[in-house]
Amino acid sequence: MTLAPIEVVRREAVVPVPAYDPDARTPVGVWLKANLFRSVGQSLLTLAVAAVLLRILWFVLDWGVFNAVFYTTDPDVCRAATGACWAVVVEKHRPMLFGLYPYDEHWRLVLMMAIYLATVVLSLWPRCWNLRFLVPLWTGAVLSIGILMFGGVFGLPYVPTSEWGGLPLTMLLFTGTVLIGMPVAVLLALGRRAPLPVARGVSVVFIESLRGVPLITILFVAVNVFPLFLPAGVEVNKLLRITVGIAIFFACYQAEVIRGGLQAIPRGQYEAATSLSLTYWQTTRRIILPQALRISLPAITNHIIAAMKNTSFVIIIGLFDILTATTAVMQDPLWRRFYIEAYLFVAAVYLFFGYALSRYARQVEKWIASGRI
Amino acid sequence: MTHSAQIEPTGAPVIQMRDVSKWFGQFQVLHEVDLDVGKGERVVVCGPSGSGKSTLIRCINRLEVHQSGQIVVNGLELSDNVKNIEKIRRNIGMVFQNFNLFPHLTVLENLTLGPMLTRHMKKAAAEELAMHFLHKVRIPEQAQKYPLQLSGGQQQRVAIARSLCMEPEIMLFDEPTSALDPEMIKEVLDTMIELAESGMTMIVVTHEMGFARTVADKVVFMADGRKVEAAPPEEFFGNPREHRTRAFLDQILKH
Ligand SMILES: Nc1ncnc2c1ncn2[C@@H]1O[C@H](COP(=O)(O)OP(=O)(O)OP(=O)(O)O)[C@@H](O)[C@H]1O
Ligand SMILES: [Mg+2]
Repeated sequence: MTLAPIEVVRREAVVPVPAYDPDARTPVGVWLKANLFRSVGQSLLTLAVAAVLLRILWFVLDWGVFNAVFYTTDPDVCRAATGACWAVVVEKHRPMLFGLYPYDEHWRLVLMMAIYLATVVLSLWPRCWNLRFLVPLWTGAVLSIGILMFGGVFGLPYVPTSEWGGLPLTMLLFTGTVLIGMPVAVLLALGRRAPLPVARGVSVVFIESLRGVPLITILFVAVNVFPLFLPAGVEVNKLLRITVGIAIFFACYQAEVIRGGLQAIPRGQYEAATSLSLTYWQTTRRIILPQALRISLPAITNHIIAAMKNTSFVIIIGLFDILTATTAVMQDPLWRRFYIEAYLFVAAVYLFFGYALSRYARQVEKWIASGRI
Repeated sequence: MTHSAQIEPTGAPVIQMRDVSKWFGQFQVLHEVDLDVGKGERVVVCGPSGSGKSTLIRCINRLEVHQSGQIVVNGLELSDNVKNIEKIRRNIGMVFQNFNLFPHLTVLENLTLGPMLTRHMKKAAAEELAMHFLHKVRIPEQAQKYPLQLSGGQQQRVAIARSLCMEPEIMLFDEPTSALDPEMIKEVLDTMIELAESGMTMIVVTHEMGFARTVADKVVFMADGRKVEAAPPEEFFGNPREHRTRAFLDQILKH
């Protein structure tokens, strides 16, 4: 059988597009022509979009920089200006960052954040990944942060958790969520595929029932319903209850992500482990989980970043995380009209941490690809 | 059990299978298979695709569970008794068609994992053992690489070394060369021949008839889940009794 020759009809001039190579540097002119000015229509579109972008940029600069007030203690100066009032951030940064925590004790929070950030940064670095270093590090960090936050010893005034707030609270909630949530997530994911029917049943019911309700409901239960089940006289700290609530919600989503990774592990890996007489837990810990977690890392990161933002739900127990604290601060009648600037500042703080997390996750993926971890 | 031919648990063969049957759901994969393998014996299993060869040898280390009949390894019967299963598995190494190396571990780590976790060897001793077997399979220089950085033939030799690090008495091979390019088949077969010469008890599922001819003490032909014929290689290739065997050999030796 002979096929008719295929007729190739070229409707437009073909601009040669070099083979895709993310690291290659093409000359700017070539790149522009290939990507932005391939045809008349496309060129017009490019110009139109550029015009809009320039207009926005001009507005941002005009409002945010040229006509902005960066420093003043007098709100009337801001009111007179046509640009942004960044002075509100300068003026109110302490209640925004530290919430209701006693004003004179704010230095303790600064110190706490320094210890916290140092601990986290060290722990994220593969060279530090051995228990002989991490256990003392975290023990020291938890103790010193506990002492700083609560006080009551060494002449530090006692500060109850109901007065904690701002960025330190956001950090603690987030860390607690991940540290409690990740192990629970792994157990739930394993449980869902476990050989034991009981473990499977428990995991499925747990995941499906908690995933199906809004986070706010879980927090409501943790705050208002859970205490009813405790014997009289027993009290569990509200902050702890809400952390566990957020953590469990986080774990249910994360478990499904990890399960996806588990499903991607070929059966042969289990069989090889079995033929080496490894036990279920040895196989899981040494063979299956390391691979499954690597596979699901991008999705895991996704949920971790979401968890960071979910910490703002503490508003429902009257705690003032950085977002709620800002809302409260902006009730001040003198400064309230500059709430946009204040929220932009909070957004920048979230963005900073969120971006740092995703950069770190990218780095981890690179380490994995290069076999370093 | 109601079988007439009960196995004496003290018999000489290291592996005894009696009337072993297995079903996947409604589908019977193994039909009353009998097989005895003596110490140091080399058995090659062949047969058409889907005839149950893999299932047969996977029953021996209980990667698959047989539903009737008896399997006795070194005098221990395979049943739901977990202790027995563990003891039996420790004596059996298995090599798979797709190598099944652990991709996130280096070659050396692949080899030391089993000895350290199940035989409680110290790291240094396990590494020494691993290097010994890497020398045996002739790739000591690849110890620090990751499996995916090796050729198929090298990976399969690592897999063989990994099994040997458990110092088993019996080795099972499930089509160890079928996933390899022709030029790599020889290096793996050579390794297996050396292993056979060292006196290892081996059951090898393979279509490499040259290997069967030179190495095997016994060739078993399976079809439709039944053991059709079992004979020493001269007899098996020279004068097959069953016409199904002949048809299979005609087909496979044509190439
Ligand atoms: N886990 C399973 N579930 C259901 N059926 C299966 C399963 N494993 C194997 N089978 C079926 O059992 C039969 C025997 O399979 P087996 O893998 O033992 O054959 P084989 O002789 O090794 O074939 P091949 O040469 O293709 O490897 C086949 O029909 C196969 O489809
Ligand atoms: Mg097979």
